[in-house]
Amino acid sequence: MSWLIAGALIWAVGWWINVQLARHPQNTAAQLAAPIVFGATLIAVWECLVWGLGIKLALLPAPSVIAVTFANSLNILWGDFLQTAIKGALTGYILGCGAAFLTAIAVDRSDFLKRGLLPVGNFAAALPIIGLAPILVMWFGFDWQSKAAVVVVMVFFPMLVNTVQGLSEADAMQRDLMRTYAAGYWTTLLKLRLPAAMPFVFNGLKIGTTLALIGAIVAEFFGSPIQGMGFRISTSVGRLAMDLVWAEIVVAALAGSGFYGAVALIERAVTFWHPSQRGRT
Amino acid sequence: MRNIVPVLTVVATLIALWYAGAVALNAPWAYDKAARAEVTLTFPDLVADTWSQEKPKLPAPHQVAAEMWNTTGAMIASGRAFSKRSLIYHSWITFSSTALGFLLGTALGTLLAIGIVYNRTMDMSVMPWVIASQTIPILAIAPMIIVVLNAVGISGLLPKAMISMYLSFFPVVVGMVKGLRSPSQMQLDQMRTWHASRSQTFWKLRLPSSMPYFFTSLKIAMAASLVGAIVGELPTGAVAGLGARLLAGSYYGQTIQIWSALIMAATLAAILVGLIGLIQRITLKRMGMAT
Repeated sequence: MSWLIAGALIWAVGWWINVQLARHPQNTAAQLAAPIVFGATLIAVWECLVWGLGIKLALLPAPSVIAVTFANSLNILWGDFLQTAIKGALTGYILGCGAAFLTAIAVDRSDFLKRGLLPVGNFAAALPIIGLAPILVMWFGFDWQSKAAVVVVMVFFPMLVNTVQGLSEADAMQRDLMRTYAAGYWTTLLKLRLPAAMPFVFNGLKIGTTLALIGAIVAEFFGSPIQGMGFRISTSVGRLAMDLVWAEIVVAALAGSGFYGAVALIERAVTFWHPSQRGRT
Repeated sequence: MRNIVPVLTVVATLIALWYAGAVALNAPWAYDKAARAEVTLTFPDLVADTWSQEKPKLPAPHQVAAEMWNTTGAMIASGRAFSKRSLIYHSWITFSSTALGFLLGTALGTLLAIGIVYNRTMDMSVMPWVIASQTIPILAIAPMIIVVLNAVGISGLLPKAMISMYLSFFPVVVGMVKGLRSPSQMQLDQMRTWHASRSQTFWKLRLPSSMPYFFTSLKIAMAASLVGAIVGELPTGAVAGLGARLLAGSYYGQTIQIWSALIMAATLAAILVGLIGLIQRITLKRMGMAT
């Protein structure tokens, strides 16, 4: 009972702090602190609820238990991370985004192809592509190659559609200006159209980051070597070792956020001129 | 309409590539069979064989089409549209959890967006976490969610719908926050000069002007919740639904079955997203916002 009261108290205090912080919306420190306080409050309330309600370990472990498991099984987690995130997701992400980028530039030269491919690409981007996973696992075997293949297919279409859209972003006036400078196709592409397309390209890249990790993990449900985050999750669920599952989720969340954050940082450096980036400084 | 010819060309090219791929991928098995039967394959024989194998690596389009007809149209004709072998039955299972998850997700997303727009504390503390929540590959923990909810006594439709909900609330929140904030300062001031209350401003200005954003998010949310429902059917105890068909197909090497389930899922996605597009067009037209 005392755990529950403590939980309610922590919630009230956390919310009160945030209400105070929200009075200074211009303050950078307050902007950073508010989400951190909110997250910490949530974790504390979770801890209190688990002990207070006596929830079994097999259902929902407390954050402290997860932290202990995380610290104790760093070796396993690191191995899984290398297998799934680096070998599977990252390889596939680079291959898929690169292929989509080049395809987009090739498609962009022909208006006919563009008009034909864009609706098909948009349609394919909405499809449950993850369903291809069992087929690709059958084709490329159980190791990371098949996971990379799933990731390639998953990130390809969002990236393609975004890049093609971005390449048409430079308007007629700017293109005419390039022509008055006697710039050829490649000069126009490199100096005007690609830079103008960058906000769209990065949008595609950012969508791709989460898709890549999801694709790599889910593909492991259909067969994998005895390593990898998806493998560990599905076998640990079978053994009801929820603390290890949650530790794996923490790894996935950290990897996902880190991946997204890295792309967002590069975006900031490359598209510093765009209004959405300028407003933040 | 001027897009039809290019689109058809692209689709035809894809199908041609698919046939060619079927020949290339299934050829080793065809040669293997021929070598054991001690006959040499001429090219037409090879093509005919690769397009009609029992368990091909890549089934040819007409094989998939035949399988789909057998499990949908032919089932209806014989009056067994909802038998367990029928793809319509499996699609219905997947559709029902997709729809439930989609509705829950849309409701949750809209409520969160209203909270974020009207409450600065929520804007500052919740919004970053809504974004962070999507960097967690939720699909990866779908099996765990289903096992845990089963243990608590919630089974059937709801666990799958929860996964769909988690995936679909995000686009709705982001779209609705943008949409509810889309009225300009001038319009908001106008409402104030008319002495409109907060709820009047909401119902008469903010909500109507958020509609275009709302429908765009709904389309993304629908696609996401279908993926959620399919992956939710993969783990333990999946007996029905398109995801279960995929998994069963991959266990028994029934490639034709996998492909037909896949095409069915794609068709379902197209129908659902198209339906929202239709509602969007009618609604926006009636509101006088159609472009």
